[in-house]
Amino acid sequence: MIYWNSFGDFLAMGGYGLYVWGSFGLTALVMIIEPIAVARQRKTTITRLKRQLRAESRSHEA
Amino acid sequence: MNDRFNLSRFSFYRFASPAIFYPLAGKMIPWFIAAAVLFGLAGLYIGMLVAPTDFQQGEGYRIIFIHVPTSWMSMFIYLIMAFWAAIGLAFNTRLSGMMAQALAPTGALMAFLSLWTGALWGKPMWGTWWVWDARLTSELILLFLYIGYMALTAAIDDARRADKAGGILLLVGVVNIPIIYFSVKWWNTLHQGSSVNLTKSAMAEVMLWGMLLMALAFWMYSIAVALTRVRTLILERERHTDWVKAELEGVSK
Amino acid sequence: MLNIVFSVIARDLKLAMRRQADIVSALFFFVIVVSLFPLGIGPEPDLLRQLAPGVLWVAALLATMLSLPRMFADDHRDGTLEQLALSPNPLGLIVTGKVIAHWLVSGLPLALIAPILGIQFDLSGDALLVLTGAILLGTPALSGIGAIGAALTLGVRGGGVLLSLLVLPLYIPVLIFGAGAVDATVSGLGGEGHLSLLIAMTFAAIGFAPWASAAALKIALE
Repeated sequence: MIYWNSFGDFLAMGGYGLYVWGSFGLTALVMIIEPIAVARQRKTTITRLKRQLRAESRSHEA
Repeated sequence: MNDRFNLSRFSFYRFASPAIFYPLAGKMIPWFIAAAVLFGLAGLYIGMLVAPTDFQQGEGYRIIFIHVPTSWMSMFIYLIMAFWAAIGLAFNTRLSGMMAQALAPTGALMAFLSLWTGALWGKPMWGTWWVWDARLTSELILLFLYIGYMALTAAIDDARRADKAGGILLLVGVVNIPIIYFSVKWWNTLHQGSSVNLTKSAMAEVMLWGMLLMALAFWMYSIAVALTRVRTLILERERHTDWVKAELEGVSK
Repeated sequence: MLNIVFSVIARDLKLAMRRQADIVSALFFFVIVVSLFPLGIGPEPDLLRQLAPGVLWVAALLATMLSLPRMFADDHRDGTLEQLALSPNPLGLIVTGKVIAHWLVSGLPLALIAPILGIQFDLSGDALLVLTGAILLGTPALSGIGAIGAALTLGVRGGGVLLSLLVLPLYIPVLIFGAGAVDATVSGLGGEGHLSLLIAMTFAAIGFAPWASAAALKIALE
């Protein structure tokens, strides 16, 4: 089933390694960084909104 | 009046309410992530390990497994954003504008990746990183349109106005994309020197499957990321409502 | 109906006449940008003749953009725009008038001065004629598309730069066919096809863009 004879062949990509892995590498990087950035943004937004909410309820009590 | 209310319980307007959509999206996201990973692994397995080499392009053709899906997604996402913009402007729904804004960064990244992989494909095949081919040029302009949309919505402080202004820009853009595409295409055929014919080798069935699976993986990925982004936007915009306050208190536990 | 358009044109022209310096500066901007190119590229007549259509058109795009932020901003500041939006006349027609006035003030002068600049690039008589015609026929589309951008960025911070970001990609078809008309004439193919497409684009832009701008203005005024 597997087309490649050895792992070295797989990495070399018939001489196109730089181009193929350059494409796949950057795409993978983007698809790792974007979800992390989105999750992080969500976290910071939630903590900020919670802080605002607490500040609001405190000022209501006072 | 009452009838309408009863009807609306069953119509899609119900899901247009952020309070109902927010938990629904939250439940759907893990499924989309799982689907993205599964399709991605299957696509990579077929595309990178099983598929044979292309007799014309050697192993370099394997870039197609991400180049084509990213190009498709960059165009699909713009169309979907325009669809949401039209809905938002016609029915004045709050969620539509948020959907469009949540999709934009992913769409722009897809356009960028499509250009990047296109350049890395072009260098070994055509001997140059960039040609002013109609498709490449249109993709570049699409990236500009994404950037323009994001810059516009970011520059307007009032969220509702940002949604609507962005919506008009998206609709104007969607009308213009075919005009731009065909004018670039025409311009390119006039300047024969730089035009390059993409080799159209009949694709083996395995390759087609690999590409299809990868396209599905990118599709699921985009949905998962956009839904997460839209959930954050909903919290931000609806922060004064009771349900968001309850939601935030629930998260703190 | 047409009366509204004409009265808006007349009013905007009167206002523009009070600010003649602006018109002249945009025109000089066009002249200077075009004149810089030979200095950057070199004085070879063959090369210049080849580059002339593109250089003149890109400079024309940039020059018409200079006055775009003003299109609605002054009326917005003194409240006229709100009055116009509240008037029973369709806002789209009013914007049509403003687009035509903008073209008369910014596009038309460029078309008139372009042949003189074309001579600097050693263009033949035919090519100069087509160049003037193309700028004459294409710049109304620029004013129309520009109006959408001006309306969307009305009152937005950093509006000027943002405006160019939004509008320039949409200008590309006009650039292609405008420069293409001159190119085709220079190479002896005849520019009629390009010119008729330019006319089509101009009509489409004049017909469609004011209504999109009017929708954007209503959002800005909310």
